[in-house]
Amino acid sequence: MSIMLKITDLHAKVAGKEILKGLNLELEAGEIHAIMGPNGAGKSTLGYVLAGREGYEVTRGEILFNGKNLLEMEPEARACEGVFLAFQYPVEIPGVNNTYFLRTALNAQRKYRGEEILDSVGFLRLVREKLEVLHIGDELLHRAVNEGFSGGEKKRNEIFQMAVLEPTLAILDETDSGLDIDALKTVAEGVNRLRSKDRGMIVVTHYQRLLDYIVPDKVHVLADGRLVATGGAELALKLEEQGYAWLEDGGIASLNVASAVQTANP
Amino acid sequence: MNGETSTIDKMVEQKYRHGFVTDIESDTLPPGLSEDVIRAISARKKEPEWLLEWRLKAYRHWLEMEQPDWAHLKIDAIDFQAISYFSAPKKDKDRPQSLDEVDPKLLETYDKLGVPLHERARLAGVAVDAVFDSVSVGTTFKAELRKAGVIFCSFSEAVQEHPELVQKYLGSVVPQRDNYFAALNCAVFTDGSFVFIPKGVRCPMELSTYFRINAAETGQFERTLIVAEEGSHVSYLEGCTAPMRDENQLHAAVVELIALEDANIKYSTVQNWYPGDENGKGGIYNFVTKRGDCRGARSRISWTQVETGSAITWKYPSCILRGDDSVGEFYSVALTNNYQQADTGTKMIHIGKNTRSKIISKGISAGHGQNAYRGLVRITPRAENARNYTQCDSMLIGKKCGAHTFPYIEVRNPTAKVEHEATTSRIGEDQLFYCLQRGISEEDAVSMIVDGFCKQVFRELPMEFAVEAKALLEVSLEGAVG
Repeated sequence: MSIMLKITDLHAKVAGKEILKGLNLELEAGEIHAIMGPNGAGKSTLGYVLAGREGYEVTRGEILFNGKNLLEMEPEARACEGVFLAFQYPVEIPGVNNTYFLRTALNAQRKYRGEEILDSVGFLRLVREKLEVLHIGDELLHRAVNEGFSGGEKKRNEIFQMAVLEPTLAILDETDSGLDIDALKTVAEGVNRLRSKDRGMIVVTHYQRLLDYIVPDKVHVLADGRLVATGGAELALKLEEQGYAWLEDGGIASLNVASAVQTANP
Repeated sequence: MNGETSTIDKMVEQKYRHGFVTDIESDTLPPGLSEDVIRAISARKKEPEWLLEWRLKAYRHWLEMEQPDWAHLKIDAIDFQAISYFSAPKKDKDRPQSLDEVDPKLLETYDKLGVPLHERARLAGVAVDAVFDSVSVGTTFKAELRKAGVIFCSFSEAVQEHPELVQKYLGSVVPQRDNYFAALNCAVFTDGSFVFIPKGVRCPMELSTYFRINAAETGQFERTLIVAEEGSHVSYLEGCTAPMRDENQLHAAVVELIALEDANIKYSTVQNWYPGDENGKGGIYNFVTKRGDCRGARSRISWTQVETGSAITWKYPSCILRGDDSVGEFYSVALTNNYQQADTGTKMIHIGKNTRSKIISKGISAGHGQNAYRGLVRITPRAENARNYTQCDSMLIGKKCGAHTFPYIEVRNPTAKVEHEATTSRIGEDQLFYCLQRGISEEDAVSMIVDGFCKQVFRELPMEFAVEAKALLEVSLEGAVG
């Protein structure tokens, strides 16, 4: 197994405020890591920093992705290199057809990688294939990007995009938020089908229940801009039982994160 | 946001692609406006006496009028004596009878504009009546149209060959003293298009006119008149482009549409006149009066416009819904970039019973552009069961531009239903990032988002022109990159 993603001492600011304060993480190809933590701990920030969103300023540290310096790349180049962010709140683009959007994206990525551009016939064939794998219907194809989609449809659309774009590294930002249990199962099932030995995934979530369906190789706890605990799937269960307040009680030996959790909870 | 700023910077740097001057000797009147100038124009065009009198009457009205200042526009004073009111390509006397006789340089000009007359006409099945400055130089498909009974010719030609129709309808929708610029147009108009669709005829092809302002300091005052008799259908498109000049050029057109019982007129405009440079220098002043009269019952007039050019746009294509059950529609995309200003919208005047109108307006502002929607919906006392739906959306790209909405609603009949929806959004940093994160470049993302925003209007355009309009918006937003 090789290290796909190596984050070293990552510090990042948003609107002048330091959110990530020395985060370290290593992810191997084929692994799924869950990142859990209280609201405001910096979970979404980590996703945005990896994807290169503007306004998320890295002040220190390094991110190597397949040996390349990710921080030097524009957001679209990172996407083309295989970084995919499934948004917590997928964005609506009125009037832009979902299929057209996805084909533009896929062809931009293929072009970047020096691959042949897919025409609409070839693209539709690929789309049908993916829909079948994910067990989802084609009703989302004909609508505008996320416009008027229900919460569940939006999240399914993210997973569908991921299936078509076939990223190397997928970051799922609170993909479970706002989903009822059936929708959650559908989405989780889709994610599981996309598990592969060449693909790494970071699943960011506030709740343990998603991890009943997507079983991670590792669970990290993010608090006050750092990973304060790492364990197996059992760590998630413990968090579920005891809540994040448990961190405050010194549940993790020698870590004092109480003040951090408080400041991170506005 | 840096990314947004760089997109805007690129847009601000974008150059006008149609800026070139055709080197043709023009037969141009010296600058200045007087009754003598009007007589000279009329004489050159060998007009009948009644038309000269009509022009002079308009001119006398105009002298007593004042330039309106109610629009949300900053307009430098216009020196009407500094403008030349007539400019024709030299070959005026023996005008070309077919495209083969047209000055090759002219054809080359159209080529540069991306409007190769014959190619385009043949491929797209479009008859193009091209107005080069003030005189029409080529009309295609005329014979085929004539077979269907359709008259499609230059305005001057119509005056010579169909004077009774011109006299009957000219000024019947936009009266001579309607407004300052319309009065000026009535006095000095030089050419334009004339369309007549006889009773029950469905025009066999899209009719199209390309206008282009060429001679320096030449105002262009076209006059378009479209008459659709009972039960007839016509779809008409005008495209406009002007070369790049430092000084502002005045354009004041008048378009009149008349739809009799059960007639259907669709009028589409793609306007790409020189907008001035990145500092707001130069560009076309576009003061246009467009009005359609749904004179007969169940008639329908639909205006679709895509406005990306001109330094100043002052334009309100309107419908007078006189006939019972008549329908008026207005679909508009107006884009202002750099220092462009647009004050545009529509008027829907409901007079007949069960009249319906629909207004979809999309304003896009970038750079220092200022974009105002101004619309009037008037329900008169005897307009029983009138309906209006207005949707007015503005998109801001960057932080130095502005969007303004001035809706006027006058309802004098209690059975009326009038709806107005308005939104303003900044091109989402969210939307942009979402596209980038999927691997789409910033430039492609902006044009995709804008295109989606305009979709409701684009789908009203005839197919081949929808493609063109989309391309035009992309060009206007594309920037110098690539």
